[in-house]
Amino acid sequence: MSIIREGLILSRRDLAHWGRQPWTPIFNLLFTIMLLLVFAFIFGGSIELPGGGDYIHFLLPGMMTLAMMFGVETTMTTMANDAKKGITDRFRSMPISDASVSLGRAGADMISSTVEIIILLIGGLLLGWRATNSPLAGLLAVALLLWLRFAVLWIGICLGLTIGKHEGATVLVQVLVWPIGFLSNVFAAPEFMPNWLGAVASWNPISATATAVRELFGNPTGVTDGWLNDYSLLAAVAWPLAITAVFVPLSARAYRRLRR
Amino acid sequence: MREPVEKDRGRPAVRATGLVKNYDTVRALDELKIEIPAGTIHGLLGPNGAGKSTLVSALSTLISLEAGTAEVAGLDVSTHPGHVRRKIGLVGQSAALDEILGGRQNLVMFARLFGLSRRDAASRADELLAGFSLVEAGQRPVSTYSGGMRRRLDIAVGMILDPEVLFLDEPTTGLDPRGRIDVWNSVTAIAERGTTVLLTTQYLEEADALADRISIMKSGRIIAEGTPTELKRQRGGDRIEVSAATTAEARAIQTALVSTGGPEIDLNEGTGVVTCPAAGGAGDLSAVVRRLDAAGIVADDIALRRPTLDEVFLALTETEDA
Repeated sequence: MSIIREGLILSRRDLAHWGRQPWTPIFNLLFTIMLLLVFAFIFGGSIELPGGGDYIHFLLPGMMTLAMMFGVETTMTTMANDAKKGITDRFRSMPISDASVSLGRAGADMISSTVEIIILLIGGLLLGWRATNSPLAGLLAVALLLWLRFAVLWIGICLGLTIGKHEGATVLVQVLVWPIGFLSNVFAAPEFMPNWLGAVASWNPISATATAVRELFGNPTGVTDGWLNDYSLLAAVAWPLAITAVFVPLSARAYRRLRR
Repeated sequence: MREPVEKDRGRPAVRATGLVKNYDTVRALDELKIEIPAGTIHGLLGPNGAGKSTLVSALSTLISLEAGTAEVAGLDVSTHPGHVRRKIGLVGQSAALDEILGGRQNLVMFARLFGLSRRDAASRADELLAGFSLVEAGQRPVSTYSGGMRRRLDIAVGMILDPEVLFLDEPTTGLDPRGRIDVWNSVTAIAERGTTVLLTTQYLEEADALADRISIMKSGRIIAEGTPTELKRQRGGDRIEVSAATTAEARAIQTALVSTGGPEIDLNEGTGVVTCPAAGGAGDLSAVVRRLDAAGIVADDIALRRPTLDEVFLALTETEDA
């Protein structure tokens, strides 16, 4: 199928960037690792968990989830840059499928996020984090992380195609990912937050993935009751599915609307 | 480089009528009509905001039209955009290249996207690097290229499929003189091999030097069209300009020329330049010199002037404003 072939060619373009500029992905990773270290050593000692447990075991799955969610910004920026430089227009003037450009972006970002997860797993192991469940459950946890990444990828593509040309709007997104990312159970347990805030944090799609991943790795979840305790796995599948179902059509529409 | 392809000379490369495109309240294309014969370089001139880029975008299938029909290489851009894309190369205003990758990597990637096999893409990339004098720079990242090199690589990408029609949107804007001449040479070479080139530009000398025919565009319409010579002739023919050091001398020159029964002679008091028409070209010039000699007048400067495209352009785009 030509669409798969075109998508792969475009994904390979990003991998070729790594060869040319290895420092860019390395700096991005260092940033995530720095955040991991800050929370593990600076804040970690004073954060308590409902139901107990060592903070590093709670933190690492949360960090990985947050890294996936922050991917929305990477995807958006890359899409926006191609549009600004006229590269997207060149693609659109070529005899390739409409979906190829987005698929190429998806492929490249999924590969780089997989690498990011592996690096974080290694970093976690060095800091004393351990997975205590079966390897199969561990693989499922990684799959759920990538599933979240896949979902937010389409938010990023959609935003990049629509607001990408407005510098201010992209900066706003880059700022907003922080409160959205932190207003979850990634770093602290919603049960210790003010009631209304805890409710919001529990309903954050990121919390669903983080809790499910913690369960699958056999780590403390910080959740002792409530729907998240019972249905985190289901929610970690359903949330990204809903996001994907909304943003894939929106992305396709945004791409077609470039013709206006 | 590939052998030149003999194109069907009967069918125009571009044929469009009644094109309409609005952006909010701005009418970017206003019932525009244009026809470009195959195998020619066509210059599209116009002030900023005239709609040049919109026309290029419409012809290269990037934007939809609200009215009108446009055929490129004999194919309708609205009903068969996919087919049109196989026949065209688009080189937009900004160099649409991957800055991180090398020049050769860019060419290979775009060639692969155009459907070439790995091996064909590699050999086409090498051909194009050679054709556009970029062999030595081929491995370097594009971010290290000069403006002229970037532009040449950009055009090379547009030539990967050896398109029937190549759209160049302001290819030399922002280039230094060296880069500009290199791009001009590339464009000429492309046209010689049979590709039709539609070139938008803000530089009149560029259109004058490269284009077989020129369309002058304003407010979404073509307001004049012809060969550079035809357009200049609209502004009147050649003329002779004689400059004098003082106004008194200038008056003497005017009298000397008028007394010999020449046609209307114009004197610009401010600059001290006397102008007279010269339908006979160089013959008239020597006649004027003889007359001045006979009258014992020594002029500061005497020259045969041809109307420039700048004059044509300014006259056309200004009168329309009024």
